[in-house]
Amino acid sequence: MPRNPKQKRVKNPSKSGRPPKSARNLINKKIDRNTLLMMHRDMLLIRRFEEKAGQLYGMGKIGGFCHLYIGQEAVVVGLQSVNDNKDSVVTSYRDHGHMLACGMEPAGVMSELTGRAEGYSKGKGGSMHMFSRDKNFYGGHGIVGAQVPIGAGLGFAHKYKDDGGVAMTYLGDGAANQGQVYETFNMASLWKLPVIFVIENNQYAMGTSTPRSTAGTALYERGSAYGIVGRQVDGMDVLAVREAGIEAIEYARSGKGPFILEMKTYRYRGHSMSDPAKYRTREEVDAMRKQHDPIDHLRDLLLREGIEEAELKLQDTEVKKIISEATDIALKSPEPSPDELYTDILVEVAE
Amino acid sequence: MSNEIKMPALSPTMTEGILSKWLVKIGDEIHSGDVIAEIETDKATMEVEAVDDGTVTQLMVEEGTQAVPVGTVIATIFGDSGDESETMSQNKETPQVEPSITSPVIEPVAAPAKRDVTVAQVMEWDGPVKNMTVREALRDAMAEEMRVDDKIFIMGEEVAEYQGAYKVTQGLLDEFGEKRVIDTPITEHGFTGLAVGAAFGDLRPVVEFMTFNFSMQAIDQIINSAAKTLYMSGGQMGCPIVFRGPNGAASRVAAQHSQCFASWYAHCPGLKVVSPWSAADAKGLLKSAIRDPNPVIFLENEVMYGQSFDVPDTDEWLVPIGRGNIVREGSDVTITAFSIMVGKALEAAEILSEKGIEAEIIDLRSLRPLDIELIVNSVRKTNRLISCEEGFPFAGIGAELGMQVNEKAFDYLDAPITRVTGKDVPMPYAANLEALTLPQSDQIVQAALQVCYKEEEI
Repeated sequence: MPRNPKQKRVKNPSKSGRPPKSARNLINKKIDRNTLLMMHRDMLLIRRFEEKAGQLYGMGKIGGFCHLYIGQEAVVVGLQSVNDNKDSVVTSYRDHGHMLACGMEPAGVMSELTGRAEGYSKGKGGSMHMFSRDKNFYGGHGIVGAQVPIGAGLGFAHKYKDDGGVAMTYLGDGAANQGQVYETFNMASLWKLPVIFVIENNQYAMGTSTPRSTAGTALYERGSAYGIVGRQVDGMDVLAVREAGIEAIEYARSGKGPFILEMKTYRYRGHSMSDPAKYRTREEVDAMRKQHDPIDHLRDLLLREGIEEAELKLQDTEVKKIISEATDIALKSPEPSPDELYTDILVEVAE
Repeated sequence: MSNEIKMPALSPTMTEGILSKWLVKIGDEIHSGDVIAEIETDKATMEVEAVDDGTVTQLMVEEGTQAVPVGTVIATIFGDSGDESETMSQNKETPQVEPSITSPVIEPVAAPAKRDVTVAQVMEWDGPVKNMTVREALRDAMAEEMRVDDKIFIMGEEVAEYQGAYKVTQGLLDEFGEKRVIDTPITEHGFTGLAVGAAFGDLRPVVEFMTFNFSMQAIDQIINSAAKTLYMSGGQMGCPIVFRGPNGAASRVAAQHSQCFASWYAHCPGLKVVSPWSAADAKGLLKSAIRDPNPVIFLENEVMYGQSFDVPDTDEWLVPIGRGNIVREGSDVTITAFSIMVGKALEAAEILSEKGIEAEIIDLRSLRPLDIELIVNSVRKTNRLISCEEGFPFAGIGAELGMQVNEKAFDYLDAPITRVTGKDVPMPYAANLEALTLPQSDQIVQAALQVCYKEEEI
């Protein structure tokens, strides 16, 4: 990889990371009605999917760990609305939303959650380990932070192949304290890799709040020592996410190197299904849901823009149907055949 | 008072070098610290500094002389140092000349590498051969594969401009450029994960660990990301990647830099693990590893790098992964070994032969998958098994071999399965303790006599 001998310190131009309101309105106007509706539908799909997953977990149909994305939908939906088919996506174990946003089939994802043969990984990966080469979704990684160098590697491959792709690399506020993240920042900046590091700051690393675990909570500044530009974004506002995504992706795609987006977001549910959530109050969660819900926010905007309530209702019905069908398949699909135990360990090589 | 200057050991494994240039001539007055000569080792060109003051009286080795053994007197100086005792001790030992270019790698002073080890049936090849070192064979394997597949790239610490900490990647940067031969920062965890991501992204990375000791920094990415993803993705996403570098004990570098990782990696499904001994196998196996669609751990040995073997003179020399090799046939006892231990087992076999015991030596070459059929067939013939490895005994490769032979050939055994291994201790630094720790050929001889019930003949 060509070196970048003159590393310039890049200042974060705006402390809040948000462009002025006038600019926001301008950009918002460029979004057509269909895109807005699509984003609403995609967020709704994730919300309903995750609610169903929560239910199935409660019924014992999903085992192990199950990390729900409810509350954070705007992040992945906003960013996926601006990235390209050739871009790759990699994330942690809180991955159901990312998979749906990448266009993976809800039935395939749900069937994987129930550990069935119809699942994306034939039931061998589970909630935290799912992949789709077709949709350029590279997992689904269960080790906190491990997906970050992998994302940089995907970016490295885009650059090496010169295919114009960008690697969308999602991590949480907890992962942002992992050492390998900084090893990755260093190399990504040094080699100007086309990578967007999306730090989904949902404010709790499992049960430890960001201020309790993190010295320097401005996570978008974490790349400044490596010359990586960062922005803090209201991750509950899908339009703000989209705007930031446009800037970041353009930057990375044009060969300027990596970009950090800190998405301030919030998960309504526990870290995983077994989380008693003693570390925060009911009131805190309720206040977030009532005042900052990303779906309500976009819905209000759509109504203000003159979209008929009936149209949104129709979306709701359509989404519920998809989830219901996916659940059906996920519960009816057989468990993987015992023959699958020993397959897929190694790619067979003909001698 | 006349002092001798001897060919210095500029790296721990150096046994000889090229005296490429004299920077002084007879009659020159020199002072301690002056650069007097340039010496080329198989790793780098180094400057030699004078230790004492004096006048050069003789230059005994001509410029350009190849293969000057360490310890050869190369010059004499007439010194005015009055301290005779110091000079005397200087004369007795190989001078500890400080190379002025300090290698970042702490390299061991090895026991002189053996050359021309008896090589029997290493290859199934009757075409032309070329004699080359293990180091050259590895380099050629990478270069040949890189020429035909531009998705292959090599990354690691010092692999490019420095030409490899152990010079295994020498010349690759010149031929393939900085896009494909990439110096990384010293961040094993990060660059291993990055390489795994690149493999997911359809490239074919070859990752060099300066030594496998440093792979511990990265073992999460190797096991959890590289080895398991194919399974976790239901077969969708494999990870074609090679992790290579020197493994095992070097010499005098102590516990953190001397360890065999064969059993660590061989433990894990989803990985292939190979560890060649000869240059022919090094080349053929590395080419196979690079072509393999799976993650392959390729364990080399620093002490072996400079040893020479015949290697088939072709670009298509492939050694299949998963196949062991009988390097010496025998009827009385089966001895398995891999990497550097194969040479020691062959030495032992010669001694045993003089005592009337014909040992069959199997070079495992591949630890996962293991060629258990070859081993079992041999044990059925010899009825005895000795497993040799440099690593720790507990849960080592020998433990696995013993168990599998127990399961598959119990009725054929005439003696307990025995192992010759490194001692169950962190590698000590002191030369005598280190020697006690490493398994040697005489221990293999003893083990063989024991399982052949010939102890009384010792």
